[in-house]
Amino acid sequence: MAEQKQGHRWTMVIDLDRCTGCQACVVACHAENNVPTVGPETVSMGRAQHWIRIERYWEGEYPDVRARFIPILCQQCGHAPCEPVCPVFASYHSDAENLNIQVYNRCIGTRYCANNCPYVARAYNWFDPYFPEPLNEQLNPDVTVRYRGVMEKCTFCIQRIKRGQDQAAAEARSLHDGDVTPACGQSCPAEAIVFGDLNDPHSRVAELAKSRRRFKLLEDLGTDPAVIYLKGGASHAG
Amino acid sequence: MLADLPKAHKLVWPHEDDPKERLLLDPIPQDEMNSRMLKPMLKASPGYWLTVAILATVVAVCLFGYWFYMVRWGMGIAGIRRPVGWGMFIATFVFWIGISHSGTFVSAILRVFNVEYRRPITRASELMTTFSLACAGLFPFIHLGRAWTVYFMIPMPNQRQLWTNFQSPLAWDLIAITTYLIGSTLYVYLPMIPDLAMTRDRMTGWRRTIYKFLSLGWRGLEYEWHYLHVAIKIFAFAIIPVMFSVHTIVSWDFAMSTQVGWHSSIFGPYFVTGAIFSGVSAVISVLLVVRKTMGLGYFLRQEHFDALAKLVLVFSLAWTYFFFNDYLVEWYGGEWVGHQLLTLQARGPVAPLWYAMLFFNIAVPVLTLWNKRVRRSPIALFLITIGINIGMYLERYIIIPGFLQRNRLPFDWGAYNPQPVELSIAIGTLAFFSLLYLLASKVVPLIPVWEVLEGQLSHTRRRIGKTVVTSVAELE
Repeated sequence: MAEQKQGHRWTMVIDLDRCTGCQACVVACHAENNVPTVGPETVSMGRAQHWIRIERYWEGEYPDVRARFIPILCQQCGHAPCEPVCPVFASYHSDAENLNIQVYNRCIGTRYCANNCPYVARAYNWFDPYFPEPLNEQLNPDVTVRYRGVMEKCTFCIQRIKRGQDQAAAEARSLHDGDVTPACGQSCPAEAIVFGDLNDPHSRVAELAKSRRRFKLLEDLGTDPAVIYLKGGASHAG
Repeated sequence: MLADLPKAHKLVWPHEDDPKERLLLDPIPQDEMNSRMLKPMLKASPGYWLTVAILATVVAVCLFGYWFYMVRWGMGIAGIRRPVGWGMFIATFVFWIGISHSGTFVSAILRVFNVEYRRPITRASELMTTFSLACAGLFPFIHLGRAWTVYFMIPMPNQRQLWTNFQSPLAWDLIAITTYLIGSTLYVYLPMIPDLAMTRDRMTGWRRTIYKFLSLGWRGLEYEWHYLHVAIKIFAFAIIPVMFSVHTIVSWDFAMSTQVGWHSSIFGPYFVTGAIFSGVSAVISVLLVVRKTMGLGYFLRQEHFDALAKLVLVFSLAWTYFFFNDYLVEWYGGEWVGHQLLTLQARGPVAPLWYAMLFFNIAVPVLTLWNKRVRRSPIALFLITIGINIGMYLERYIIIPGFLQRNRLPFDWGAYNPQPVELSIAIGTLAFFSLLYLLASKVVPLIPVWEVLEGQLSHTRRRIGKTVVTSVAELE
């Protein structure tokens, strides 16, 4: 599916050299996508509700320690392990968008997709969502609030993609690079997250994807992720 | 006849088993045989009703009550978390599917191979299949986050022509389990018809009306027997591949995934072997209780338990083989995450369970069941078989919520702690199974009397020279 040049191949490039681990993307994602905040007790039970998270790994021995960050979100795989295992097509591949779609109304909550996601990118609604004051005043009307028993995950801000497409159609032009930016990319102060269409050869992601630092997460599984990481640290050359 | 022989003669071949006991070759009048089966069915002690009441309460509160509470508030009250999406619910589900292999194996496979000692034990084990499937069948509903949308899984298009996803192992699961449930119910019912008719002929009043309906107007005519034998034979052959497919497909729920430790081509036969291992053990435990409480000592003898215990020993060794194979490949392969799993089992939080599993599934049966005295001791056998089922439950627990605690991204590792709702529902299904079995024991003759009689009639004891042999006449 990734080979096809028609249509869009929405891609995210995350430069790990730029990522400071500030978590602005996490907050922006919560705000944009109506992801509830669950509180410290629930998080300590292993039920942190995030669509994007910063994984922090320590490198080296004390005192020569270095923190390494890697933001992990749904990789929007071309060959996604979550899709075939869903018994009701709640998790399916949109050929038009080249994205993994999660249909909340269809989801029956088997959690098989979450077990089968090697990136552990899926979040489950263990209870009905709760938005404490004043967060309940800022829910995004473009995004559904998910109720208990439903699996959810990063959508690449599909509502923004749609809005960008509608805007371009209204102005009778084609979609330009930079028209669509997901909340995480928009909020990243270091501009570590770049979003665009890989099928557009002049897009920023297409340029960045040529970098020699590029890698994809757990690429050996053959999942064909749409998130490209640029390796961080001192070891790279170019 | 054997009593006529000189005593010294027996001592010549002390190792040789006398099939007389296994084949019940000490016939009693047919009427007495019938009444020995019917008497415990008609009589219910206060203890029986008390047990039924307790079990019914446990089922109502622990199983259904807690389940509906969970449906109301959300799966969050269970201990599952990220990344352990499946916990005790699925482990218990696999456990009951495993128990359901008891009946089919003991009854159908032994029937197909004309193993004669199966006769008195078929019905009791087939009923276990049906009832354990009834328990297992609850779990796909229980573990759903939105149990009220379970009908989405029925392979039938909705108003937008959207079907279920036949690529999903869970969709295969649903079809396999439904097929097995229907098939095994028919398979337990068919050989029951002559016994139901026998019961009908000895009952009066409303009971007679019920059995009249259940026995489908059986009169015992020659063509009826002919068709019954043909039908049983067809079902016995047909249910065997269904049995293999069911647990293979259940194992595919795991083996088809990308999870390390699950993605293994050995899971199909490994799970089937484990299922038969736990199933046959459960048959022994249940039959021992049935014999004790219902006074069926005439039908269920030491020799039957001896023969079943040998099967358990064989399956213990077979399970050990698969376990070893699975373990060795993971270890030798040297993949990093795989090694983390093995460390988790050997030294991690799962370790006590893992060693207990090896103790109950390998050490105990292999070290004890070779001994005829152990195989013929009801108490020892009861403890060993209960231990095996504890061990097999631990196996499923280790494989499902155990393995899920480790994955390729160490940041997302996590521990799983079962919560009250999970323990309660697991205990609730054990009570549900026991309740169904207890109720059935008063409705259905647990011993297929006609099959026992058929076995007795088809065997004769003949003296040839100085020895006595059992000869078999094929009933055709």
